[in-house]
Amino acid sequence: MSRLLEVKNLTVEFDTYGGIVKAVRGVSFGVDKSKTLAIVGESGCGKSVTVQSIMGLIPMPPGRITGGSALMDGKEILGLPLSEANKVRGKRIGMIFQDPMTSLNPTMTVGNQIAETLRYHDGLSFKEGRKRAISILDQVQIPEAKARVDQYPFQFSGGMRQRVMIAMAIACNPELLIADEPTTALDVTVQSQILTLLNELRKERNMSIILITHDLGVVARMADEVAVMYAGQIVESGTVDQIFYQSAHPYTMGLKEAMPDRDESKTHKLKPIDGSPPDLFHPPVGCGYYARCPNARKVCEKTLPPLFDVETSEMPTSPGSHQSRCFFHHKDAAKLTTLPRDLYTRHTGVNA
Amino acid sequence: MSQASTPVILELKNLKRHFKVGGDKTLKAVDGLSFTLHQNEILGLVGESGCGKSTLGRTIVGLWDKTEGDVIYQGETLPVSYTSKDYKRFSREIQMIFQDPYSSLNPRMTIREIVAEGPMIHKLWKSSEIDVKVGSWLKLVGLAPDHMSRYPHEFSGGQRQRIGIARALALEPKVIVCDEPISALDVSVQAQVINLLGELKNKMGLTLIFIAHDLSMVRYVSDRMIVMYLGKMVEMGPSNEVFFRPQHPYTQSLIASNPMADPQFERDRVRTGMTGEIPSPINLSPGCRFAGRCPKATERCHQEEPKQTSVGKDHVVSCHLF
Repeated sequence: MSRLLEVKNLTVEFDTYGGIVKAVRGVSFGVDKSKTLAIVGESGCGKSVTVQSIMGLIPMPPGRITGGSALMDGKEILGLPLSEANKVRGKRIGMIFQDPMTSLNPTMTVGNQIAETLRYHDGLSFKEGRKRAISILDQVQIPEAKARVDQYPFQFSGGMRQRVMIAMAIACNPELLIADEPTTALDVTVQSQILTLLNELRKERNMSIILITHDLGVVARMADEVAVMYAGQIVESGTVDQIFYQSAHPYTMGLKEAMPDRDESKTHKLKPIDGSPPDLFHPPVGCGYYARCPNARKVCEKTLPPLFDVETSEMPTSPGSHQSRCFFHHKDAAKLTTLPRDLYTRHTGVNA
Repeated sequence: MSQASTPVILELKNLKRHFKVGGDKTLKAVDGLSFTLHQNEILGLVGESGCGKSTLGRTIVGLWDKTEGDVIYQGETLPVSYTSKDYKRFSREIQMIFQDPYSSLNPRMTIREIVAEGPMIHKLWKSSEIDVKVGSWLKLVGLAPDHMSRYPHEFSGGQRQRIGIARALALEPKVIVCDEPISALDVSVQAQVINLLGELKNKMGLTLIFIAHDLSMVRYVSDRMIVMYLGKMVEMGPSNEVFFRPQHPYTQSLIASNPMADPQFERDRVRTGMTGEIPSPINLSPGCRFAGRCPKATERCHQEEPKQTSVGKDHVVSCHLF
């Protein structure tokens, strides 16, 4: 499997009146060609900042990328001069945002907004741009694309606006699509349609997707690989099945335990995660999850656990296998006391 | 829990709430809903945005006037339009928890003032006992009593939602309408609020109407569930029945669209997703409101409005297929 994007040790800070916020603290992950990577986490965990840095959308100042690299097909894309960066974003990487109303320009027709990227990157004329815009609107399944192309965003419903955003993002055939909470503002029925569309486009175009979300249901449906973020770090990463059926990090387990399952008897009591995420003005020296973790030990407070390979207990140098940032995966550590209920057994009948 | 075992506390009879939206246009946000609410039960209310679920909640509480129909609370028909006297009487009985914990608390009032405001208006507390009472309510919802001199901006979303709950509970109401109490919160905090509501329900004998769009969560918390579409009830029944064995084509597509946190289940799932989006609720055509999007619609559905049919114990559906 070839990696399209390889992010290593990305660190991002923001200067604020209250001090320096260490929003992203050494994040590494990779995205395979024509696969979907989901980055999951709660608000404030740094998932949006991570992808915005890759896109070069962090306002600097106050933002600052203090370390790390992002290689796309082996070429560095972080910290490019503006002229170079503009050849990557919009062209090789497309991005869609959470709120389609505030992200579209209300004073431009949707056709013009789509054609703008085509004119800029592919040097199309106005006329060609409009023609291509119609065909792209058609591909994102907007009915009567010919008439809709000259309309303004306010004439579209929420779901249709999100389709327009997708059309803009894929106009130049990007190799990577970054979708930052693309369906959070939408109803489940419309969400389902948008997710289906994204999957179809990914397969047709061999495009990779980075999907940012906090909804584990969306992750289960869309992702090939998953990275779970907490307090500016990746705490667990692996394939979607590993994350859901062999959850390794206490935070991942905690998230799953806090959600209702599909059991009719309702015997599963929702277990909230007590406390709140740490203050990233003064990030903890040890494990970010220490204060909320039911398994926390003294060492977790003092030392930051490295990423362990869950199976071998070794410390891998690059992302790829099932990894978890928890001392309980150390060779000499005791077994975790609170294990996840075994979803795998329940659905396959096989003892995992 | 069996609903028949407890007496009816609230009854809706053909409740309607229409809005004039200019010219001769009417928006029928709630259009003829009837159901009963039993003491100590949790009734879930789901539907897409624009289906009228929030309007229904607000009409029950009296924040909107009723266009037609009755809300009967413990045998007494509530007034069509509330006067300040009515508010004073019924706000003690029926309270509301709002969706957005950021905008529903007055930023210029301390937590103490917010929680004590209701009981003081109703002269339930003496001013000398405010600190003790507010403290005990804060403790009940899991906040520290010494938080009471702080302002809303000093709290996180989950904490603010607890303040909203404490505010509603301080009047010791019998019924609480919760309008999307968890949708602004993170997953780990949602469980805190849900568990708190469940606990308080058991402790205080509360009856809850739980409005939300998260189907899995509504299924989990509520005893019965109502599915609304464009101001109409399309299905009502025990939560498990509605969620696992939905009968109405709309409920079926709604449940089919709801992603489950289980990759294998999602891979095996047959997608029967619905096309299109909820149409404008203004000047609706006759017949079933879902007919335009329904995969099983016939000629009759476009002309004739379906009646409620029973499809099982306590389980009713409004559809011509039954």
